[in-house]
Amino acid sequence: MNENRGGTDQAMSNTELSDRARPARSLRDMDLRAIAPFAALALLLIVGALVNPNFISIANLANVATRSAFIAIIAVGATFVISAGDLDLSVGSMVAFVASLMILFMNSGAIADPALTIAAAVALTILAGALCGFFNGLITTVGKIEPFIATLGTMGIYRGLTTWLSQGGAITLKSPDIQTMVRPAYFGSVLGLPVPILVILVVTAIAAFILYRTRYGRHVVAVGSSSDVARYSGIAVNRVRMVAFIIQGLCVAITVLLYVPRLGSTSATTGILWELQAITAVVVGGTALKGGAGRVWGTICGAFILEIVGNIMLLSNFISEYLIGAIQGSIIIIAMLVQRSLVRKS
Amino acid sequence: MSETGAAVMAASRICKSFSGVQVLFSVDFELRRGEVHALMGENGAGKSTLVKVLSGFEKPTSGRILMDGQEVSFANNRAAEAAGIVLIHQEFNLADHLTVSESMFLGREVTRFGILDRSFMRKATRDILDRLGSHIHEDALISSLPVADKQMVEIAKAISRDARVVFMDEPTAVLSREETRILFDQVRRLRDQGTSFVFVSHKLDEVMELADRVTVLRDGQWVKTAPVSELDGESIAQLMVGRELSSLYPAKHEPDVDEEIALSVKDLSTGYVKDASFEIRKGEVFGFSGLIGSGRSELMEAISGIRTPASGEVRIYGRLLRSGDVRAANQAGLAYMTKDRKGKGLLLGEGMTVNLTLQSLDQHGPVVYLDPKSEAKAMDRARRRFDIRVRDGNVIAARMSGGNQQKLLLAKVMETDPKIVIIDEPTRGIDVGTKQQIYHFISSLARDGWSIIVVSSEMPEIIGLCSRVAVMREGRIVGVLEGDEINEQEIMRYAAGLKRRTRPEEAGAVPA
Repeated sequence: MNENRGGTDQAMSNTELSDRARPARSLRDMDLRAIAPFAALALLLIVGALVNPNFISIANLANVATRSAFIAIIAVGATFVISAGDLDLSVGSMVAFVASLMILFMNSGAIADPALTIAAAVALTILAGALCGFFNGLITTVGKIEPFIATLGTMGIYRGLTTWLSQGGAITLKSPDIQTMVRPAYFGSVLGLPVPILVILVVTAIAAFILYRTRYGRHVVAVGSSSDVARYSGIAVNRVRMVAFIIQGLCVAITVLLYVPRLGSTSATTGILWELQAITAVVVGGTALKGGAGRVWGTICGAFILEIVGNIMLLSNFISEYLIGAIQGSIIIIAMLVQRSLVRKS
Repeated sequence: MSETGAAVMAASRICKSFSGVQVLFSVDFELRRGEVHALMGENGAGKSTLVKVLSGFEKPTSGRILMDGQEVSFANNRAAEAAGIVLIHQEFNLADHLTVSESMFLGREVTRFGILDRSFMRKATRDILDRLGSHIHEDALISSLPVADKQMVEIAKAISRDARVVFMDEPTAVLSREETRILFDQVRRLRDQGTSFVFVSHKLDEVMELADRVTVLRDGQWVKTAPVSELDGESIAQLMVGRELSSLYPAKHEPDVDEEIALSVKDLSTGYVKDASFEIRKGEVFGFSGLIGSGRSELMEAISGIRTPASGEVRIYGRLLRSGDVRAANQAGLAYMTKDRKGKGLLLGEGMTVNLTLQSLDQHGPVVYLDPKSEAKAMDRARRRFDIRVRDGNVIAARMSGGNQQKLLLAKVMETDPKIVIIDEPTRGIDVGTKQQIYHFISSLARDGWSIIVVSSEMPEIIGLCSRVAVMREGRIVGVLEGDEINEQEIMRYAAGLKRRTRPEEAGAVPA
């Protein structure tokens, strides 16, 4: 038996040490999961351009982005909840409920001056959204009920309250003055950029800052990847989860602030299935459904992808637009399959 | 008998690379019928990889594996299992919500007319557990079992499969002495019936006791294979490390008798722990010994705020600590390092920096903003101070070796800048070189005025490091030993309940 293999042994015995220097980031180090949604978006843009030359026009793309605003902003909130390892199914109902409250308040005529009415309504909407989120958080953390079940319950509650408030019909903004004043919040533009797109960008930038550059964001990641590790590191796990639900509620409120000016009306069917679209956007964007890795810009990308697919179907003639739900359903499954194959490789 | 056994499994020139990084370099290995073959080496030496390759979990990049002289290539682990190869994992492979007997027959359930024959499976499970001398109930839920029992179930599962070759990766890391003895008896019995074992362990004494032959790997290379009778512990350790191990334990440092009292715990009780009282001086290394399940970790978790104690108080340098608040404890200068580095210590899917700063984010920026530069600086500092050796600075914690993970966890805890550190099982499942580094680190901290509690199930560690040792039994501190009293026999007497201090006040008091 040879006791030592001489040269090779010497050369290799310090492999662990040899690369102590910070290695240059090569392409191989990049997280494919973070890039995948953007690659998919680019691919869809090319496909769209081939299907119909009108697709790639600035006007059409701006229109698509504007239409994606509701889901995109809700999905930004959902990124926090999902990263913290929870789930919120109530967001669609919450939009309907908060929008009803906002319109009812503006219809009540409690304040005479229309500008003040709108200001108060905005404040009320934000408060209502935050409270709805707080309520979800309370049931999941203090009540210790699985977030799936807890928000399934509040989904019914918010929807039911909306139906009751609207008596099964629609709630419509009465004052034409107010209607005119709020319209620019959805239809207006700043320096040529439609307001909803601007709102998406601002909300996402703030969210990205919170998630990647603050203590709270790091806590969200820690709680989502392992609540035990977080607890042993002195992180108040329940408070982190609670705040994530409140952030989700605030994002819903912002969505309502865009939604009400658009139609000036809401009904019991407002926001149906939006929770599924928001979750789809989050997952397509590369955030892991089991928690831990949050990707805010990926989420926005996911929301665009959903809207663009619909748009392409509309512009092309070979697939019926009635199949849009089926196509979106397929996207989430394909996205999960792609994600998993990328994880295996890396 | 084992000397004459034919080779049941042989591997020649096995190479293995993971995404371009070679971890095994042309390793040869031979396992004879009816032998216990120990596989030793430092963490990162390639033991676990070799075991995975031989048991069909990973395919070798090159090289051949022969069984009974025939070249084999397992498509997957199932194929390997069909050929009589069983791997008992370092991490448990048991589903929490199944019962013991369900786990035992998982994947090969016995049926009668298509319906599960539960009474038969229960009886068969009972038989195997009885044979192992285990008291585990066959209907107990896996989630309700302590770690040692889970390990027993894993071992029982392997035995029940009539395996020809059993790979055991650190099987005794979580077993008590008695459980280890029973396990070894079973292994010897099965060996005499012709089963072959590959036994991966860091515990030299266990290898000397159980193994027939030993193969040592270093840095992915085969170093030596020899009968255990031709080696002694010292020479194996030298082969593993490739250098002489001068002293595993640094010289003990006795604190001054009139040093300040750093930590004082009075009448602390939790559900299981009753009336724990003790005091530690500045610069002292204080040990906690006792059998597994004696309540040591529970007591430490209550002290450090992870659990809320039912009663009692903790004082740090005289100041009362708010109970049940980890952050308050950190801020007061007390930090606890968990023994469960994978479950409770590190975010396995995250990189080193996120893990390092998780407990001390306040240091990295004003108000809410986290400064990446400040975090990177802390990481550089920690890598130097704790000698964390990784090829790629962006590696996720799950891919680091056990020793590096342990150093990272220690670094994370030390980032909170504590004055008192509680280290629970400082060297569980890590190699002898890293052990030595951690021992020296603990000792130098104590010399510089830190107070350290070492909780450990490895008696040599407690004896080698601590100037005083508390022994726990069934939730109570039954004695505090010092000086010459700190030896295995004396600790065992207390731990097993043969001896205890009569007056509880005396147990925790600091010597005058």
